[in-house]
Amino acid sequence: MAKGDPGVSTRGRRAVPRSRKGATGDPELVQLLTPEGERIESVTGPDGTEYRVDFTDEEYRGFYRDLVLVRKLDAEATALQRQGELGLWASLLGQEAAQVGSGRALRTQDMAFPTYREHGVLYCRGIDPIMPLGLFRGVDQGGWDPNEFKFNMYTIVIGAQTLHATGYAMGVTMDGKTGTDEGEAVIAYFGDGATSQGDVNESFVWASVFNAPMVFFCQNNQYAISEPLERQTRIPLYRRAAGFGFPGVRVDGNDVLASYAVTRHALDNARHGQGPSLIEAYTYRMGAHTTSDDPTRYRIASEVEAWQAKDPIARMKAFLVKQKIADDDFFAEVDEQAKRESVHLRERVLEMPNPEPSSMFDHVYPNGSPLVDQQRAQFTQYLESFEGSAH
Amino acid sequence: MSRVKEFNLPDLGEGLTEGEILSWLVKVGDTIELNQPIVEVETAKAAVEIPAKWAGRVQSIFHAEGTTVEVGTPIIAIDTDPTAGPLETPEPTGDAAKASSAAGEAAKGAADSDQNDDAASGKRTPVLVGYGPRTTAAKRRPRKGVAPAAPAQPAPVPVQPAPAPAQPAPAPVASGPSTTGNGHSGPAGGARVLAKPPVRKLAKDLGVDLSTLTGSGPLGSISREDVRQAASATPATAQPPAAAGPVGSTAANVGVHREQRIPVKGVRKLTAENMSRSAFTAPHVTEFLTVDMTRAMKALDRLRQRREWRDVRVSPLLLVAKAVLLAVRRHPMVNSTWAGEEIAVKDYVNLGIAAATERGLIVPNVKDAGRLTLRELADSLTDLVQTAKAGKTSPGDMSGGTLTITNVGVFGVDTGTPILPPGESAILAFGAVRKMPWVHKGKVRPRQVTTLGLSFDHRIIDGELGSRFLRDIGDFLADPEAALLAWT
Repeated sequence: MAKGDPGVSTRGRRAVPRSRKGATGDPELVQLLTPEGERIESVTGPDGTEYRVDFTDEEYRGFYRDLVLVRKLDAEATALQRQGELGLWASLLGQEAAQVGSGRALRTQDMAFPTYREHGVLYCRGIDPIMPLGLFRGVDQGGWDPNEFKFNMYTIVIGAQTLHATGYAMGVTMDGKTGTDEGEAVIAYFGDGATSQGDVNESFVWASVFNAPMVFFCQNNQYAISEPLERQTRIPLYRRAAGFGFPGVRVDGNDVLASYAVTRHALDNARHGQGPSLIEAYTYRMGAHTTSDDPTRYRIASEVEAWQAKDPIARMKAFLVKQKIADDDFFAEVDEQAKRESVHLRERVLEMPNPEPSSMFDHVYPNGSPLVDQQRAQFTQYLESFEGSAH
Repeated sequence: MSRVKEFNLPDLGEGLTEGEILSWLVKVGDTIELNQPIVEVETAKAAVEIPAKWAGRVQSIFHAEGTTVEVGTPIIAIDTDPTAGPLETPEPTGDAAKASSAAGEAAKGAADSDQNDDAASGKRTPVLVGYGPRTTAAKRRPRKGVAPAAPAQPAPVPVQPAPAPAQPAPAPVASGPSTTGNGHSGPAGGARVLAKPPVRKLAKDLGVDLSTLTGSGPLGSISREDVRQAASATPATAQPPAAAGPVGSTAANVGVHREQRIPVKGVRKLTAENMSRSAFTAPHVTEFLTVDMTRAMKALDRLRQRREWRDVRVSPLLLVAKAVLLAVRRHPMVNSTWAGEEIAVKDYVNLGIAAATERGLIVPNVKDAGRLTLRELADSLTDLVQTAKAGKTSPGDMSGGTLTITNVGVFGVDTGTPILPPGESAILAFGAVRKMPWVHKGKVRPRQVTTLGLSFDHRIIDGELGSRFLRDIGDFLADPEAALLAWT
């Protein structure tokens, strides 16, 4: 139950029954779980949509488990970089809820287009977390079959994947795969900095006018590397959608339940042919942009502390404890699993084989090319001209 | 595998070469866990904590706080199995380790699979991540079949690798391709011939059938040269191949010498630079006006007959120059320069005359032409043109122009769309004066007609101003006497 579709339960309401517009201090923010772990039963979004979720205890625990695992695996990757085993790592620390919530909202047939930071979404798609590490270790090109995993390759170019996703989504429509519950929806991930990119704005236009089954999922983590949000926008990002002609909503990106609810709603709209929408998951990057970055140079400690108090895992844990959905044994067991999986991941990373030098010719053309074959042969011959070569 | 492992300072950013040890978070003898922070290091990019790569006990610390350490050098040694009892032999530490690996490099005896030994034994060490094998000096891998006694001599490796077995095209790439007309002898057994679009276009233009050619380019593709050769050799295809050799090579030579390479320098270079700069910075507009100059030509004739003008060269250009100068007086804005934040309007006219010389196009100007009498203007123009033709125009004569006339009419053409000289905002093209059928007083008559072309910088001069300016020049040229009486 750690991955996949938790579904929506019809089970009796356990949470404190409370209904209101928006959440504490921010009338624009869709929130179903406060930083203190208080459950809000339903929230009405800016366009009148009512967001509510109802999960079984097992499902609530599953969310918590995923959050913890995703954070632990991410921390392991950061450590591996510090130990010289990865060239680079872009940590998701602080953004677990936005990723797990939206990732679990995806149905099996849905297609995701990630940036280079969507390790949490990848995990929720049921993909082995080792998969992207070859890229960061430099032993492969970060390629996999997007169709096999319904998860496109990590895209380093900022915002480029939104165009790919929009084109893909337009294709989904052309294939007639929308309009039913089994319809396919497409989600594109990007950050607040990417909203300033032409690519993202172009994809908004195309998705809008072609009514593409798209969800634009913007994790607003407040910084584009070192540039703060006020250097990207004068209005809340989600309101940009209105100018392009589709709905936008801001969700508490540190609230896994609200992230799930909002994303699921937007995806279902898309799959039923209701067109695109923009979700702004309001969150915070607790760590550095990547391991090559030092965030203390551009942001103040008090800001980080304020967001620390909104931690996505702490609030989920508080909720589970208050509602007596989970006990200490459960938390210990999750921690143990996280440790086990991270050690396992580390071992496998260290054992990743170095690529054959000639493998660089492998994926130049899908069906090969005489010229590339010739170059490969020449290169192999060159390598063989050295003493002690294994070839 | 050794029980004590040394941890080398990794490249913590992308492409860093060193880091400063800020503080040690552990000390010798401490028991540490995997991923426990052990040291804080500051690099050019960030100050970061490094987590322990192995669990165990800190055996030794090689660098004190405040030391700057090169990436790839050991900073800490960790006993990964401290419960296994005391170490039998003193493990190499820090500099000692470096010394021993250097020794190992010389000995080349180590067959251990340990990483440092790998580097020492000359085997390839994985360098894809983090840091390279810094402990060894950069060294070329020995090539096979090279006598080890003479390492200084360059290895006799074939510079050009033998043709790879994967070579696709069966066509032996001959240097003198023939134009055999016997069907498809193209590459890849009758597959579509390879040629780039411009080459296809050339073949089409020259009437060469690409499928009859053998390409000499990559993958047997047909090159421009192949097509040219085929085109020039086509009439000679009837000759036997034996005789075709020299003919073919002559044809090839013809192809080579059909274009001439002229170094761009001097006036050509200056002209090119000025024209490109002007064409792509000043938004040009060009307007045309056709004028009946019959009356003006007659006025010129009368002028020539006057005694005081007897020795003066009087040409239609003189009238055009006068027309421009008078029109500028009525529209001073056209005599200006775009200076970024402001427009510099001049109250003097340095009238440029574009002149074709042996050295190329030069544009000397008549300084303060607006103050000259017609006679002075005529003398100045004559002087200026003669100096230019003699190639004696000084740089001072060519600088500071404010408005230019280009007399393309002397080449027998009607008009053009001239490009502004940099810094000027208007240029007038003066076309040939021809006898043309023209409606004069309600009837079609042969009249002496010319076409004026005025280009102007639209940043300064709008269509209205440009049109009025051109209209005034035209009015003067249509009836100089009346215009003079009316304007002055």
